[in-house]
Amino acid sequence: MVNSMTILAQAAPPAPPLMQSFFFDKLGVSPSPLAVLIYSVALVAVVFLPIVSLVAMFCIWWERKVAGHMQSRLGPNRVGPIGLLQSLADGIKLILKEDLIPKDADWFLFRLAPYLAFAPAFAAFLALPFAPDFTFEPRLAVGLFWILAILSVEVMGVILAGWASNNKWSVYGAMREACQMVSYEIPLGISIIIGVMSAGTLNLVELGHLQGGGLHTWLIFKNPFVFLSFFTYFIASLASNKRAPFDLPESESELVAGFHTEYSGLRFSFFFFAEYAAMFVVGGIQAALFLGGWNDPFGLIGYFYQKFLADGNTTGLILVNLIGAAIFSAKCLTIIFVQMWLRWTLPRPRIDQVLYACVKVLLPLSCVLLLGAALWQLLVPERPGVPWSDRFPNPFAWSDWSSVGAGAALVIQVILALIGLGIFCAIVGWVLYAAASGRNLKQRLTDPAPIETGPVETASA
Amino acid sequence: MFLLSQTDPTQSQAITSVLFYIFAIMAGGSALGVVLTRNIVRMAVFLLFTLVGAAGLYFLLSAEFLAAVQLVVYAGGTLILIVFGVMLTSKSPFSRFEPKLGEVIVALSLGLILLFALVMGMMRTSFAGEPLDTTGGYPVGRLGQALLGDYLIPFELSSVLLLVVMIGAAYLAKGRRREVEPEGLRRTASAAMRRWS
Repeated sequence: MVNSMTILAQAAPPAPPLMQSFFFDKLGVSPSPLAVLIYSVALVAVVFLPIVSLVAMFCIWWERKVAGHMQSRLGPNRVGPIGLLQSLADGIKLILKEDLIPKDADWFLFRLAPYLAFAPAFAAFLALPFAPDFTFEPRLAVGLFWILAILSVEVMGVILAGWASNNKWSVYGAMREACQMVSYEIPLGISIIIGVMSAGTLNLVELGHLQGGGLHTWLIFKNPFVFLSFFTYFIASLASNKRAPFDLPESESELVAGFHTEYSGLRFSFFFFAEYAAMFVVGGIQAALFLGGWNDPFGLIGYFYQKFLADGNTTGLILVNLIGAAIFSAKCLTIIFVQMWLRWTLPRPRIDQVLYACVKVLLPLSCVLLLGAALWQLLVPERPGVPWSDRFPNPFAWSDWSSVGAGAALVIQVILALIGLGIFCAIVGWVLYAAASGRNLKQRLTDPAPIETGPVETASA
Repeated sequence: MFLLSQTDPTQSQAITSVLFYIFAIMAGGSALGVVLTRNIVRMAVFLLFTLVGAAGLYFLLSAEFLAAVQLVVYAGGTLILIVFGVMLTSKSPFSRFEPKLGEVIVALSLGLILLFALVMGMMRTSFAGEPLDTTGGYPVGRLGQALLGDYLIPFELSSVLLLVVMIGAAYLAKGRRREVEPEGLRRTASAAMRRWS
């Protein structure tokens, strides 16, 4: 042990993250390892834990509102302004409930399972790139892979919850869930590989910087294979989150409550925190890898970040970081909204249909996309300095694009960006049209019209 | 390991030692738990903590990719498989192991011999190596290039091995085809179901 530690002490480490140096400068304390450790733990406790809790509470409320409005009813609207405090009220109620453990349940595993389900989802937040400097560890070179790895530990929590309950329905839910989550990890991983291959880095902060040049630099528009792999990733992430239409593990109409039937009170809420935190993390991966991370569609954030970094303007940097974090969260919440939208729209397939969709549809599709993306990488020349050597590529340097055939790549990116923009505008326009024309139907949300009594026409004999 | 980025090597060594002890106790203690517990699913859970402790140790050694691979392959794959096998084949949910005294003695002595051999081997080896060059961040790209460059043959061999294992497992799990029943037998519902199982 002594040998390896002294070897490591000689290695030259990369520069500390900007927020850490800024914080220690303001405090006037020298960043000794103990201070850095205390700072990291405090950051997690003071910033990340509240963020995760707020995200979960907000998503629970939002889910109920979205469900309500899609079913022509109002959803929670009593507690708080538009029912916003409903999650808080539910949390208080769940805390006050009796802590029930079935007599024949395995007490150790029963207690452990909710934490095993929640901890990975929470740990994955540590790698999410909210903004270039608002990342817990921007030097984590395997950020994307770390999120994948830690989310695969969540499967154990769910299996144990089902097993430890000593209840047939829970075990069915746990079995289905394990099958489903583990099978869908393959198309999930392959879709991520496609994106990472086109970008060349696993580091989430670098991925964000790479996409800082405007809408056409977003990785989803890089080549048609990455575009399609975004959709395969989305479908696979629905399955790995146990979200509808793949919510067999907790299928309310079939298995009482699936693997968390026997859980009540705070333990039950841990599972839901885990689910919504995982939804945010998965939305975060999609936003960071495919949809441009913290960047806006015009490339302003990337431009101003570079400018402020070169000038050393810390106020401007913090402002840009805050706006970037807001944009990233908006993208995550959009993806969460689409997940909720699908939940209340699509019916639920059987488990063999779910596995059929994985092994016979998604898996070959993602393999073909992987092959296509690899061939594209090989055959289509790209702009020089992308992505391995340039850390802050300047997308407005047109001379870089005019090298051998790289113009073709630019044209394809722009065309794909226009297609993507068209699809997005079509969907948004459709939703707005529905909202506008739904005004005629709004009366359904109030009391029904009184029954008219009058002469009843009877059929003639 | 980013905690070494400071100018005071003794304090960084102290912090690293503390973290090493935390992860080592987690890994070693859970391994003890695997051996000492009688319930088979609890063994799997303790194994999970052992693997997570080992992943933590890899993180301490700046082997980030290896740690993530450990979590994906072992904790998220192999362990799930073990738990699945346990759940599908155990006769009762809480079957307990009752090892006989002879088994305990044999296992203990084998374990002690292995421990002795490993400790002797480690104490006589000099683990001199080059420090990992993490100036530009952990070199994942170099790992990929090494895998497909210098170590291409082991890489391809292991993928062929995995493919063979997968095909073999699929073949073994397929089950026997039942022989076709001769015509004229009364087809009961159970016979039809047996044919389709």
